[in-house]
Amino acid sequence: MKFGIVIFPGSNCERDCYHVIKNVLHQPVEYIWHADTELADFSCIILPGGFSYGDYLRAGAIAHFANIMEKIKEFAENGGYVIGICNGFQILTESGLLPGALQRNRDLKFICKNIPLRVENTKTPFTSRYQEGQVVNIPVAHMEGNYTVDKKKLASMKKSGQIIFRYCNAEGEVDEASNPNGSIANIAGICNRKKNVIGMMPHPERVSEKELGCDDGVHIFLAILENMLKVK
Amino acid sequence: MFKAKIKVTLKDAVLDPQGKAVEGALHSLKYVHTSHVRIGKYIEMKIREKDEKKAAEQVEEMCKKLLANPVIEKFEYELVK
Repeated sequence: MKFGIVIFPGSNCERDCYHVIKNVLHQPVEYIWHADTELADFSCIILPGGFSYGDYLRAGAIAHFANIMEKIKEFAENGGYVIGICNGFQILTESGLLPGALQRNRDLKFICKNIPLRVENTKTPFTSRYQEGQVVNIPVAHMEGNYTVDKKKLASMKKSGQIIFRYCNAEGEVDEASNPNGSIANIAGICNRKKNVIGMMPHPERVSEKELGCDDGVHIFLAILENMLKVK
Repeated sequence: MFKAKIKVTLKDAVLDPQGKAVEGALHSLKYVHTSHVRIGKYIEMKIREKDEKKAAEQVEEMCKKLLANPVIEKFEYELVK
């Protein structure tokens, strides 16, 4: 039952994730170096936020060719839980583990703020502790969070329940006014068809303790843990 | 030795927020007849390869693997001796 957090050159949210797993969930957790070629016995891999390789070329584009990513692809293909947060989400789309792509924000500005999200699918190992339609507050901090995918793929993602979180207003209504970055269909987080890989722009690790004003995010990590125990 | 000149641009169906902002700026500068502004990347590199066909194959491969994201971008290139 061990969590692993990958560090790329330029990652900067790995310690927040480490803190939540170790001191809030009280679970074993280790860092994984991007240049490693072997992956130890982990139950869940976290790709943290940051600016891997300076976001050069495209956010996540270069990280996708780091040594360890090959092993992480295998891990994901074998059903292992992978969660990509912010830059981690960008790496997952670049590597093809998740569909679509993340473009520059609609208004070309870095957005850093708390934001309400509507939980769209609770039948995933990451969202099983939420209620469908529940509004959770999780902050975003990104420049390239404008999710895009072609219409056909979007329709198939909707059908197979791959849309997990959408930006909404405080009442849970998903409308254009509450779309911070121009994402298609207000998408903030998605998963793959098998539902073992999730990517999201908001940062749940930043709202995982009541002392920080909100613990809406901790339920994602707790859900992973509960589901890991079930699988075992 | 060849020099590859590579252009990576967004696919036509993909919205370009940068292009939109630049178009707005051009209009405010009174260039009101401009439209469809799209912004892309220009990449150039040298390739140590004698055979032009092989060099072209490599450029294609590099574009598909890394230089362009096929989900949202397209590319074109030329090779110069």
